[in-house]
Amino acid sequence: MTAAAGVEGSNSTLNIVIFLIFVAITLVIVFRASRTTKTASDYYAAGRAFTGPQNGIAISGDYLSAASFLGIAGAIAVNGYDGFLYSIGFLVAWLVALLLVAELLRNTGKFTMGDVLAFRMRQTPVRAAAAVSTLAVSLFYLLAQMAGAGGLVNLLLGISGEAGQDVVIAVVGVIMILYVLIGGMKGTTWVQIIKAALLIAGAFAMTLWVLGKYGFSLSDLFQAAVDKGGKALLDPGKQYGKTGTTKLDFLSLGIALVLGTAGLPHVLMRFYTVPTARDARRSVVWAIVLIGVFYLFTLVLGYGAGALVGPDRISKAPGTTNAAAPLLALELGGPVLLGFISAVAFATILAVVAGLTITASASFAHDVYANVLKKGQVSTGGEVRVARVTALVIGALAIAGGILAKSQNVAFLVALAFAVAASANLPTILYSLFWKRFNTQGALWSIYGGLLVTIVLIVFSPAVSGKPVDPKTGKSASMVQGVDFHWFPLDNPGLVSIPAAFLLGWLGTILSKERNSAKYAEMEVRALTGAGAEKAVAP
Amino acid sequence: MTDWESVQESPEFTELRRRLRVFVFPMTALFLLWYLLYVLLADYAHGFMSTKLFGNITVGLVFGLLQFVSTFVITGLYVRYANRRLDPVADEIRARVEAEPGR
Repeated sequence: MTAAAGVEGSNSTLNIVIFLIFVAITLVIVFRASRTTKTASDYYAAGRAFTGPQNGIAISGDYLSAASFLGIAGAIAVNGYDGFLYSIGFLVAWLVALLLVAELLRNTGKFTMGDVLAFRMRQTPVRAAAAVSTLAVSLFYLLAQMAGAGGLVNLLLGISGEAGQDVVIAVVGVIMILYVLIGGMKGTTWVQIIKAALLIAGAFAMTLWVLGKYGFSLSDLFQAAVDKGGKALLDPGKQYGKTGTTKLDFLSLGIALVLGTAGLPHVLMRFYTVPTARDARRSVVWAIVLIGVFYLFTLVLGYGAGALVGPDRISKAPGTTNAAAPLLALELGGPVLLGFISAVAFATILAVVAGLTITASASFAHDVYANVLKKGQVSTGGEVRVARVTALVIGALAIAGGILAKSQNVAFLVALAFAVAASANLPTILYSLFWKRFNTQGALWSIYGGLLVTIVLIVFSPAVSGKPVDPKTGKSASMVQGVDFHWFPLDNPGLVSIPAAFLLGWLGTILSKERNSAKYAEMEVRALTGAGAEKAVAP
Repeated sequence: MTDWESVQESPEFTELRRRLRVFVFPMTALFLLWYLLYVLLADYAHGFMSTKLFGNITVGLVFGLLQFVSTFVITGLYVRYANRRLDPVADEIRARVEAEPGR
């Protein structure tokens, strides 16, 4: 038993065993799901046969990444109120999906965002553009998740050596590829449902436990957290309130969070796995309730970790703020509860990367291969084969990227994924669904323009270079050390890139003569009524 | 072939679109402004947000929890509105379109 650098008191063998049980159970389910996966609609959209509640649970499983579980609980434990602000943006964002996007998208598309745009525009260029931004968002998000896996290995399994961590990242990647290749969307969805149930049940139990220790009084819990971590925990501004720039940065982040969710491709794709638009609505309602309740739990868990573990011990643990929730589990329920929470954290990474991989592979196979390269002249079997090969390539990229990025500071990648989704995807989707005049040039300008502005601003932001060197660690908080080429003051580009993309989409549209009223009429009638929408296949 | 443009111009469809937009557009503006107000207060009005109401419960915490409440309430309102005011009209138009010969 070599629990070298992991959380003190943790039992690595136990953690690994619980995780392996999860993997074994889910693999069996994935194999069973593979028996009924034959057509493209089965592979990409699980035959559109999931119910609203099932899909809602899967959406929350897809959305509640390790960053929102470990990250937010840890941020609340150490930075108090400012950590709570994140979760509110992540939740309110779902109203955009509910009111403006989910149902209309379900009625007009087949598998991808490109389907919706291609409905009334020139297929080839808009599908290529949709695929580029889908792949960009998926890869940024994927890389962030895989890099996070490296840190978790150290934290939860006590494996601190380079080679050992690389092996675990590779194993996680291979299991994820198996889920996607064998089970397709149906298998991936079941993995997400099981993971969401475990995560929410575990968080609920810990929340009751923490509250019970303080006589179910939030005020007493806060008092205990303040006694250990200082009064500033209850007030906003501990993390973002330092200067005018950090305040502006927070505003920018808040806007990207609330507008990015409804443009995340792996979220959009989930709406195609249900039979009707009404089920898509029901899925979002379930997702909103589950995600909302979960973030309320993290509020208690975060302050609970602050009170019972204390910010000092959290900051000194491997993985720092990410260690808050696991340390709290250890404090409450000993090694067994820690093992359960660790396994859930790994399951979370697995489920999220599987969802991202299937989305990226669908976008490449369906939009680029079948419709751009082959002009629609391809058999379903051929398209699904290409999707599987793409999933393999993306999985390999994710493993390689995760190994390369594990010691890098890549926290900005999640913010980048949300900023691209909010800048490149959301304006294009909204214009496409609601604006009669919108056309091909407008779509290309908003997608490529939004993508380009976001990436340029990030590259020249302090997230990549130029943050001052911390005297304690001797390292800068930026990704690149030693050089400073930043000129954009904010870490988060949303404040500039989102309005810019909306403006570009409008400008591109009015500068082009293309109009297609007949196709828009068909699209609008279908979107609002569900006439001629893709049906579920009989199981 | 369905004549989509004539369906689009029909009074039933115009009414459906009006009902959808009259709900979702103002509601979106409302929750976005309400969220923006919250973010701006948390960002720039630290003193106000740190005011204690009772025990350790601050104005900021109550504002934050109210964002949860408003999200749940708007979700409920939309579902009720869609069930009563949108779905019946949409179903009727869809049934008519899909019953047309030649589809």
